[in-house]
Amino acid sequence: MGEWSALAISQGVRDGELKAVEIAEETLSRIETNDPLLHAFLHVSPELALKRAAELDERIAKGEDPGRLSGVPVALKDNLCTRDMPTTAASAILDGWIPPYDATVVSRLKESGAVIIGKTNMDEFAMGSSTENSAFGATRNPHDPARVPGGSSGGSAVAVAASLVPLALGSDTGGSIRQPAALCGVVGMKPTYGMVSRYGLIAFASSLDQIGPFAATVADAAVLLEVIAGHDGYDSTSLDRQPPSLLDQLDRGVDGLKVGVVSELLEGADPAVAVQVRLAAETLANAGALVEDTSIPVLTYSLPAYYLLAPAEASSNLARYDGVRYGLRVDAPDVESMNSRTREKGFGAEVKRRIMLGTYALSAGYYDAFYLQAQKVRTLVINGFSAAYESYDLLLSPTSPTTAFPLGSRLADPLSMYLSDICTIPSNLAGHPAMSIPFGTDDDGLPVGVQLMAPALGEAVMVRAAAVLEAAESHLSGQQRRDEDEQ
Amino acid sequence: MSNEFETVVGLEVHCELATRTKLFCSCPNRFGDEPNTNVCPVCLGLPGSLPVLNEAAVEMAMRIGLALHCEIRPSVFHRKNYFYPDMPKDYQISQYDAPICVNGWLELPDGSKVGIVRAHLEEDTGKTTHVGSTGRIHDASYSLVDYNRAGVPLVEVVSAPDISSGQQARQYVSELRAILLATATSDGKLEEGSLRVDANVSVRRKGSDELGTRCEIKNLNSLRSLARAIEYESERQADLIRQGLEVVQETRHWSEDEERTVPMRSKEEAFDYRYFPEPDLVALVPGEQWIERVRGSMGMLPEERRKRLIEAIVRPRSSSEPTTSHISQAESDAEKSSDETPAEAVLSHVAKVVELGLDDLVIAAIELGADRRIAVMRAVNEAAADPERARHIEAGHFAKLIEMEHKGRISATQAKTILARMLEGDGEDPETIAAKEGFSALSRDELVEVINSVISANSDAWQRFVSGDQAVGKFLVGQVMKATRGRADGRAVMELLTARNEG
Repeated sequence: MGEWSALAISQGVRDGELKAVEIAEETLSRIETNDPLLHAFLHVSPELALKRAAELDERIAKGEDPGRLSGVPVALKDNLCTRDMPTTAASAILDGWIPPYDATVVSRLKESGAVIIGKTNMDEFAMGSSTENSAFGATRNPHDPARVPGGSSGGSAVAVAASLVPLALGSDTGGSIRQPAALCGVVGMKPTYGMVSRYGLIAFASSLDQIGPFAATVADAAVLLEVIAGHDGYDSTSLDRQPPSLLDQLDRGVDGLKVGVVSELLEGADPAVAVQVRLAAETLANAGALVEDTSIPVLTYSLPAYYLLAPAEASSNLARYDGVRYGLRVDAPDVESMNSRTREKGFGAEVKRRIMLGTYALSAGYYDAFYLQAQKVRTLVINGFSAAYESYDLLLSPTSPTTAFPLGSRLADPLSMYLSDICTIPSNLAGHPAMSIPFGTDDDGLPVGVQLMAPALGEAVMVRAAAVLEAAESHLSGQQRRDEDEQ
Repeated sequence: MSNEFETVVGLEVHCELATRTKLFCSCPNRFGDEPNTNVCPVCLGLPGSLPVLNEAAVEMAMRIGLALHCEIRPSVFHRKNYFYPDMPKDYQISQYDAPICVNGWLELPDGSKVGIVRAHLEEDTGKTTHVGSTGRIHDASYSLVDYNRAGVPLVEVVSAPDISSGQQARQYVSELRAILLATATSDGKLEEGSLRVDANVSVRRKGSDELGTRCEIKNLNSLRSLARAIEYESERQADLIRQGLEVVQETRHWSEDEERTVPMRSKEEAFDYRYFPEPDLVALVPGEQWIERVRGSMGMLPEERRKRLIEAIVRPRSSSEPTTSHISQAESDAEKSSDETPAEAVLSHVAKVVELGLDDLVIAAIELGADRRIAVMRAVNEAAADPERARHIEAGHFAKLIEMEHKGRISATQAKTILARMLEGDGEDPETIAAKEGFSALSRDELVEVINSVISANSDAWQRFVSGDQAVGKFLVGQVMKATRGRADGRAVMELLTARNEG
């Protein structure tokens, strides 16, 4: 097998040099070999994938062009609705549910010739930062199977990190794409809110959720975002604009760009992580960017605001899982007990915790003190970013304060788990794009991710800097990685 | 109710909009289809689905608001959270503190005005049928839910507490219904539930400015129930106060069979709806241009149409013609048949003509020279049988028919028969129909002859009439009508009988 990148595979398949079927077979075999240990997938559809691949090969043989992702295997986080595969959001309450429709991003992938391989594991309803809150068991980090992959899109991050698939989609509400990307050493991008349709994404917190790509390279992430982005009439919050042009920006470099390193987000980071962020800053500076430290004090209030707003929306979004229409139903003598028994059995502990938090934050007498206050903080965060973006094109920070932590180590202490997202949450509150790029490792050889943040619709500038970091990273750590491989 | 108390009522009316599709998806908005056939991921609230606002529903809400003299404002949708099996998402998307229409008023036919606090958009729920002995939820063995209605657009119109009786409440709802029909925004059927009324009722001592504790009355399925429920409820509250007891704020159910209000389960009161802005929708900000376009597209409203009709009725045809005779004639007609005051009777005829949508026809006929009284009466009584078709009658034909009756060329009974034929919609003119039916009014001589024979056959009755028993006159007229098989004109017969008696 040649280069395991989406761009290379698609090119090969479109040129007739590669067969989509062979790629699909290779993918399925990699999953079969590695996934029993990693548990990145909740569902794999070999028959569908092979049938689909065969159809693509036929079309190409007839001279058709199925699209930009021809024959490229893609894994989907299990909160994206697929009409031909179960969609559970890793919750027992949706066990076995098959949606009657495809999410908009799934339709767009199909229209561009991608081969959907299966559905990946996640924290239940995307609530968590370790993929341990799955009703179907945890996912392991391929760099160290005793460690978590991060979350909530841990399965998608691992599927790409372990080279099971070249591309995967995740969703990011408070860092659920970027944090696992960082912990698994892959590229993960959260686009501007409204850039990608949320239609068919099982909602966690509607005003924060955004679907985005995982890939091994910045270029692959860029092409995947180009395919899924763009206006959708089925999502009222979808931006009315053309998908961004990213791939053709990657070579433009960062000469003359102004980059601020956010000191508040660097403060709590492990020294090993902070060192890599400093190194990334230096790399950008060497490439011609003007880099300096900056301060956005209000960002320190992001986490508490997020943990009121996201649960508040979740408490409402998850009300529909009541046992009446689909999914799990636990029978009871009357409707109310049926509702509560179903929810008691169907939801995991973290989901229940957040439903209770959110219900409380919205309750009469508490709304002003909690929900409304948090909305005000959200406005201040947006203002804080706006002020910073008057001086800088991009902001730089760690993606996560730590590298991958051991399985089980934070489950007993929800707050320590919540702190995993301290650097990623501000961009969700603001609706801004942000991405994590692998940049070196810590002393244990665990990947470190650095985060680039940009103002709304700043994806094109963001990927330019990401490409510069990527090039430097592969140069810097190339030798180190070869050493590891030989061991 | 006794004189010491007055009733204060505010009404909340839910109007189902007559859009082609639902509020947030493109499923058909249609009543009476097979259960659960007009559904999709959005109106079933399936995971991952998102609402997209139906512009036609917004436009209808604006039409209703403009007709109610409301201000059209930027508005925000909220989620109203509570669990109920017929609510697919377990929250209802509604407008809370920023409704689309605010601060209007509705003028009733008697000229009184009721304030409109707000009119807002929201989605309807599905419909639950409890299968069991009583049809109530607590002893049902199972329940069936039909989601065809889930997501149907509603406008909830909330009045100010400006209504002071069951009768006025009834007028308010009738008038609101007339506006919905005139603006083509709802079919306004109370019986089918496309119009649903809840009444907030309280009482207070006369002259007091303070509002008493209110009760919300539900299950008002007809205008009659509405009026009776309010009367019952205000009497009940006044009794409590007289006994020195307190009115408890609660929701009460109008029991049609028992003709009284009963408390609903108190549990339903305890909801905390946890309203918060719906994050799946963006703020609705209708631009000035859109509002003006909607305003420009609106036809005349009932209030305006009534005024126009009254004007047509009282407008003098020539300088020699008195302006009030038509009204007073209509007044005296009405007086015979109801306990309304004459002025009320005319207003109610006018309101009826407008409600039937026959005002254009009547005005056109009057302009063509038709007798105003007959035109109104034929519209209110006979054309009402099929207003839809009556609206399509040629004004010239209608005017001709009235002229034939007015000139005595046909009798009133014959005129009614011809009008019924005209409603069948063949487009035939009344003269052709009259010829086919062999209709002609009796000549005066023929009529006198018949009257003579009726008098001799009913000499007892005639004697009583002569000695001043007016009621028996109707009997004699009836006998004449019978003898002529309806060819005689009742009014002319009465005139002849009276003349003969006086002569």
